[in-house]
Amino acid sequence: MSTQLKPAELDPLRRAADWQRWEYAFWLLPLAAYFIFPKSLSLLSQIAITALFALSLDLILGYAGIVSLGQAAFFGLGAYAAGLMAAHGMGDPTLGLLVAALIAGCGGFISSFLVLRGTDLTRLMVTLGVAMMLYEAANKLTELTGGVDGLQGIEVKPLLGYFNFDLYGKTAYWYSVVVLFALFFLARRIVHSPFGLSLQGIRQNVGRMPAIGAPVHGRLVAVYTLSAAYAGVAGALLTQTTQFVSLDVLAFSRSAELLLMLVLGGAGCLYGALIGTAVFMTAHHFLSNMNPQYWQFWLGALLVLIVLFARDGVIGLLVRLRGWLRKSA
Amino acid sequence: MTIIFDGLASGMLLFLISVGLSVTLGLMNFVNLAHGSFAMLGGYVCALMLSRYGLPFLLAVPLAALVAALAGVLLERLLYRRLYAASPLDQVLFSIGLNFMAISAAHYFFGAQQQPMVLPEFLRGQLHFSGLDVGIYRLFLITVGLTLALCLQWLLAKTRFGAQLRAAVDNPRAARGLGINVERIFTLAFALGSALAGMGGALGIEILGLDPGFPVKYIVYFLIVVAVGGSGNIKGSLIAALLLGLCDVAGKYYLPQIGAFVIYVVMVVMLIARPQGLFNRKLLS
Repeated sequence: MSTQLKPAELDPLRRAADWQRWEYAFWLLPLAAYFIFPKSLSLLSQIAITALFALSLDLILGYAGIVSLGQAAFFGLGAYAAGLMAAHGMGDPTLGLLVAALIAGCGGFISSFLVLRGTDLTRLMVTLGVAMMLYEAANKLTELTGGVDGLQGIEVKPLLGYFNFDLYGKTAYWYSVVVLFALFFLARRIVHSPFGLSLQGIRQNVGRMPAIGAPVHGRLVAVYTLSAAYAGVAGALLTQTTQFVSLDVLAFSRSAELLLMLVLGGAGCLYGALIGTAVFMTAHHFLSNMNPQYWQFWLGALLVLIVLFARDGVIGLLVRLRGWLRKSA
Repeated sequence: MTIIFDGLASGMLLFLISVGLSVTLGLMNFVNLAHGSFAMLGGYVCALMLSRYGLPFLLAVPLAALVAALAGVLLERLLYRRLYAASPLDQVLFSIGLNFMAISAAHYFFGAQQQPMVLPEFLRGQLHFSGLDVGIYRLFLITVGLTLALCLQWLLAKTRFGAQLRAAVDNPRAARGLGINVERIFTLAFALGSALAGMGGALGIEILGLDPGFPVKYIVYFLIVVAVGGSGNIKGSLIAALLLGLCDVAGKYYLPQIGAFVIYVVMVVMLIARPQGLFNRKLLS
């Protein structure tokens, strides 16, 4: 599709793909957080891992417009893949990530043919069904997964053969942040590529994309597979940094909360996924410390308000705020 | 035989709880994941009436439906109606939010424990036939379910209200032009859906139990019934619910080691084979 365009016509798209100044600043935040909050590194690594997971959902929902209530399926696949490898003596973290990505990607590729049929409602149901099936399978295969007790005996070897996973979670934190950044970088390249632009086209008008020569089905299968692999890596990271896999990596609430984080930040924007996760996890941490049972109430209220009044999330608010500032200046 | 009977009864219970959803989701096209919250409300009302005020069971169930309907009207007026035109994703998020709030509220008012439920004398016990044990309450459920299915089918297909509702959903502008008060019809239909949920919740305590986790625990089952049964089709929902109940009970009996796996497989296979549901609504009229 790009062959007929003159270079000058591509300029706006190229410019959008350039790194902005605020983006460099944004990525200094994880560095700063390390020094400012050295006591809450485990929470910070959780945020980084969940942000990667949210990124995976953003790729299919925000860009390609595939609704999913079952993203936890691939998170869980990755988590169990990495966990089982580490429990059977192959505890090298990077190898674990690769295998997890591969397995979750295969899972995504296979289930994509089920998911891509039908309307939004059917998709919601099928993704949910696939995740629930995996949940039940993990629940019942107790010899393999440990069932409700979780997978025990995970021994993760030092990262790159050199960095041990320490008690304070320093290695875990840097490991999660570096993986997050690398995959974010890749995702950023992908969404600004012709492939990524065609995904947005599919979301905006699925009827017209075949007419300009985009193979809709193939593109959707590709992005669904990619997103599953991302989710798998996030799951593997969680396993390796916590050295434990529990059944709730596959639970429905994980998929639902993920959707919430993405919408809170603003879907269809990679930074929306990151910001939404950070805001959600921090709020969760403090609110559930204050009042563990009822924080869910405020979460629900927040969700209702977002849907009614701030559909584009935190990112949307920021963009609108910038608009006002420019107008008044 | 007993398995078939229990399967039918649990399917009928599924139908009772989810038929309200086939009104709101199926007919009105609102992806109302908060359906379970209305059912839970009905359940709590019924349980409270029985245990604290000693009302007879047959009076507590309609009361549960009434309270759920009132809550439905209130929420529809305040919130739901703003989202009729929104995308399914927005509706999902909104109703998940409502669910979270309902779960916390139930925690706050009633605590985390299961609510006790005492059935009246005439619904307890079993009837024994040769080769078949019939629980009286299950028989009661089947009777209520069948009656309700017939009434609803009649209400939607044959009455003026049903015709107006279908017209209002298919083409609100034209319906308005014909003098149908679309807003009121929608409110009434939503109240109907909520009332059915409340009643189903009240009737279901005995078998499903009742605790604050209820809305999320069973939402998957309700959605399955509606998605598999086809949109807004009472007969489709009934058959889908019975089928799922049978598969679920038979699966748990013959293959206990794979448990709830069966029901999800059935759902996915059905959705793949018939993405529009077993019966399309167009067949109804």
